Amino acid sequence: MLLPTSSVGRKLVMAATGQLIILFVILHVLGNATIYFGLLNAYAAHLHALPPLIWSFRIGLIILFSFHIYYGIVLTLENNRAKPQSYVMRNDLSATVAGRNMVWTGAVIGSFIIYHLLHFTVQITNPGLAAARHLDSLGRPDVFTMVVKSFQNFGIASVYLLSMIALWLHLSHGIQSSFQTWGLNSEQSFPIVKRLSALAAIVLFVAYVAVPVVIATGILK
Amino acid sequence: MNLTLYVWRQKGPKDAGRLVRYEAKDVSPDMSFLEMLDLVNEGLVRKGDDPIAFDHDCREGICGMCAQVINGIPQGPQKKTTVCQLHMRHFKNGDTIYIEPLRARAFPVIRDLVVDRGSLDKIIQSGGYISAHTGGVPDGNAILIPKDDADRAMDAAECIGCGACVAACPNGSAMLFTAAKVTQLATLPQGRTEAARRVCVMTEEMLGQGFGNCGNHYECQAVCPKDIKVQFIAKLNREFIKARLK
Repeated sequence: MLLPTSSVGRKLVMAATGQLIILFVILHVLGNATIYFGLLNAYAAHLHALPPLIWSFRIGLIILFSFHIYYGIVLTLENNRAKPQSYVMRNDLSATVAGRNMVWTGAVIGSFIIYHLLHFTVQITNPGLAAARHLDSLGRPDVFTMVVKSFQNFGIASVYLLSMIALWLHLSHGIQSSFQTWGLNSEQSFPIVKRLSALAAIVLFVAYVAVPVVIATGILK
Repeated sequence: MNLTLYVWRQKGPKDAGRLVRYEAKDVSPDMSFLEMLDLVNEGLVRKGDDPIAFDHDCREGICGMCAQVINGIPQGPQKKTTVCQLHMRHFKNGDTIYIEPLRARAFPVIRDLVVDRGSLDKIIQSGGYISAHTGGVPDGNAILIPKDDADRAMDAAECIGCGACVAACPNGSAMLFTAAKVTQLATLPQGRTEAARRVCVMTEEMLGQGFGNCGNHYECQAVCPKDIKVQFIAKLNREFIKARLK
């Protein structure tokens, strides 16, 4: 029961972990919004003032990601084995690029998260910008300046933008798919769930790329 | 009308197989797709070549045997229609048509367009039944069944087990097929008793037969000649959760 081996059981783990990770994705983007109000340093300082909170989040996320990645790979390998030969003439009627490439968009997101952590959390990719070493006038780590100076670099902003495109694709299939896996799908609700999922994926994409875009274009300095 | 066909030819399960080009000449728009293949085969036989092997039985759209992949679409481009009920009037003179067998690890090719779909029978054998002791014929209304439930069960029972869903699925999953049977039986009082066991063993057998996992792409629903809906897969998932919580 704890480690399911059945087809549906493992998909339920994918759906459950995916949905919990989406909750974090939403929380994270709300946190990002503090940058527009000059509250980013205060927000970061508040978070780090509560190590039990931040560490329980981190441990929880590591567990969620471990399960999501493990079963994602296992199911994909199994599915590829079940379809060893593809058609000479393939014709998708409803399968999408996003749905067919979940493992690849997932791999991009996974790699991005490692880079993102090294960049903004461990702060070793651009040590010159590390907030831990530059304090603002109130003596707090200057996260705002680190973020702004990072995204003024076109290369870094592009990496974030491309990774968020992968997140968009991943969510555009993942959200509606998770509802179907939980069995939350009737003929009446299905089109609505599909549309709302696509909308949610776009809203999250726009919300996430807004920060690098407004900084790279010089709107936020 | 004249057509160019690219047909998958494979001598046996071990042969690599390849597409072979044929010209189908003087095809009547009133022919069914299978009759068009019959015509091509008559020409091949006259020349002393091996005719194209394909499955077929009732030729009236109710048995599912004729499933093959036409231009990348299992059961052909006409929605809610089997290959035998697809008529050549839906094609244009000069069209090029690709014809391939249903592809999945669980459907090994026997010859040309003929595949072994016995793996679907194995799924049914694992639990797609009710173990009731049948005595005499029961009274007509001895067990009352709400009309909505009866309708839903009948919709699910429409599945003819042709395997188009498996062939269309990017993961080679038989989830729509399995879900149709699970829903049909779990919706009716006679099937309810064994619903929990059934959903577990049938999905287990599906993996055991080499089918993949459902990826919620919904290709299966798009090609199903009997319009079996993916809502039945959601129902299977709910039945599975219920079974595990028991």
